[in-house]
Amino acid sequence: MTDQLILEQQDEAGRAAIWRARRSTRTYRGRAGFTLLLAAVTFLVVAASAQHIGGYAVSQGVSSLIAALPGIVAAIAAAFVLGMAASAFLKSLAASRNDDVYAARALGDEASTRSWKALAWIGALMIVTGGAWFMVVNDAAVSRTFFDLALIRDSVGKVLRAFGTNILIFSVSAVFILAWALVIALARTLPGAAGRPLRVLAIAYGDLFRGLPAIITIYLIGFGLPLTNLPFLSDLSTTSYAIIALTLTYGAYTSEIYRAGIEGVHHSQVAAARSLGLSHAKTMRYVVVPLAMRNIIPPLMNNCISLQKDTALVAIIGAIDAFNQAKIIAANNFNLSAVTTVAILFIAVTIPQARIVDKLSERDRRRMRAGG
Amino acid sequence: MAFVEIDHVTKHYDALEVISDFSLAVDEHEVICLIGPSGCGKSTLLRCVNRLEEISSGEIRIHGDRITGPGVDLDRLRRDIGIVFQGYNLFPHMTVLENAVLAPTKVLGMGRREAEEKAMAFLERISLSHKANDYPDRLSGGQQQRVAIVRALMMEPMLLLLDEITSALDPELVSEVLDIVRDLAAGGMTMILATHEMGFAREVADRICFLQAGKVYEQGPPAEVLGNPQGERTQAFLRSLRKAGRL
Ligand SMILES: Nc1ncnc2c1ncn2[C@@H]1O[C@H](COP(=O)(O)OP(=O)(O)OP(=O)(O)O)[C@@H](O)[C@H]1O
Ligand SMILES: [Mg+2]
Repeated sequence: MTDQLILEQQDEAGRAAIWRARRSTRTYRGRAGFTLLLAAVTFLVVAASAQHIGGYAVSQGVSSLIAALPGIVAAIAAAFVLGMAASAFLKSLAASRNDDVYAARALGDEASTRSWKALAWIGALMIVTGGAWFMVVNDAAVSRTFFDLALIRDSVGKVLRAFGTNILIFSVSAVFILAWALVIALARTLPGAAGRPLRVLAIAYGDLFRGLPAIITIYLIGFGLPLTNLPFLSDLSTTSYAIIALTLTYGAYTSEIYRAGIEGVHHSQVAAARSLGLSHAKTMRYVVVPLAMRNIIPPLMNNCISLQKDTALVAIIGAIDAFNQAKIIAANNFNLSAVTTVAILFIAVTIPQARIVDKLSERDRRRMRAGG
Repeated sequence: MAFVEIDHVTKHYDALEVISDFSLAVDEHEVICLIGPSGCGKSTLLRCVNRLEEISSGEIRIHGDRITGPGVDLDRLRRDIGIVFQGYNLFPHMTVLENAVLAPTKVLGMGRREAEEKAMAFLERISLSHKANDYPDRLSGGQQQRVAIVRALMMEPMLLLLDEITSALDPELVSEVLDIVRDLAAGGMTMILATHEMGFAREVADRICFLQAGKVYEQGPPAEVLGNPQGERTQAFLRSLRKAGRL
């Protein structure tokens, strides 16, 4: 069956010619031209918007320097992007004029990268400009309602103090959740017939509290337990009820994360551990859980962020957290700017964690690449 | 002008120089076997040739056309250079046939029916047509590796890179994979193989290159390099293989 596996045969010169024909030089003229056009439009839109919005801000009594500054920055950025697009287009032209194929390829490559970069900037600038318009249309209704700077300044102290409650609820329940969820997850992964009763219980718990909206759990526990007259349980603070409710809800979610991590550990690892004589418990303790931990840290952190935000739900049972405090201020002033303060606080504490999650996932990806 | 010219290529990973000032010219229809101790840079070199790895300096030319450096259309380049990995890397969510027709239909725009006919013809020749609609996990290692080779051949590559394609296989499965390579060599396919199968290298290679610390330490026809090695390192390497009963 010689030469049957190769379908076409040609002489060497023919093949070399085919090879070279396929190695054409790409100049990316279309992409660069389109980018240039778009960059020009963006520049016009940004400049016109900056002038209009700045003028409006001045008419509202904002000092002309502060009003003009964002517009100037945006316009400079747009001009810079226009320059980038123009240089991409010039590179592309130069690429098609250059007779040296390698130089032409390098120019084409640069044209392509610069075009993509410019396109990304164009997208960002357009979105920011759109946002700016949203703030000023209808006589700046949006910025007046949400961003009354004087009110934000006055309310920040009170709101910040109330935010302490959120942090307390968050940190205590986070610790409880991590431990409680591990218990549930281990119960769910108990092997064999002997493990069945606990397994079923754990499944039922998970189904119940994942199905139940967190706000309802908080409501039922916060208002229900005090009515039961049970010793101890009926006279806790609202903060404690919030912690119990969040632990129950998030315990169910988090145990699923643990379980996915535990079951994601390849069965060959379990086989290796069991073959060395380690019991199920010891296999879990020394091999499976440590391996699972690596994979679940990013989703756990995401859960953490989500928990932090859900601490605002405790407002419903009357705990004076930051959101509740802000609502009181908002009701007294007919303006939501104090709530904006809370929003900013939540975002500010979340961002660092979001970045950590990104870092961890990136590290994992790198390790996967190195391994593969 | 040789078909593939690897010209003073150097490759670092950070401070570690994996390939140092490496030069090799491969003619059309030539079969080159790269041998050498583990970690000497065989896989890295192959991955540089189809630019899965970027070289640090030097250049690689094919038919005189430089394929390293900026602006080379990599997707087009890789259509013409096939590579088969040690771990097969078949797509587990596709059947054998789907694995084979994916690239021709999605990259070359070949019609589905035409691609399937072509794939079936290949599978017929490696006696695997009855497995066409099975998923890879139902195949033995040797069968999977043969499908992986077919998947590469579907693109009608001008150059085929084979990286230790038998080292994950049981000894009795090795020969069925090597049969294909033997056929390809007889059919005139230009190939660069990294291999630990000295017996096979002796039989199929036009030239054997012994790599040592990222350089060609010794090269020549199989009979000379394996039968009468000149270099001290080559001799030591072959002696250790002989001691392990693998030569
Ligand atoms: N991504 C990487 N980062 C850092 N070093 C690497 C990387 N990939 C490979 N190396 C190093 O490069 C060297 C050559 O590796 P390569 O895989 O090419 O060896 P090889 O000759 O194929 O070995 P083997 O016969 O075991 O397959 C090794 O020392 C290896 O540790
Ligand atoms: Mg290797």
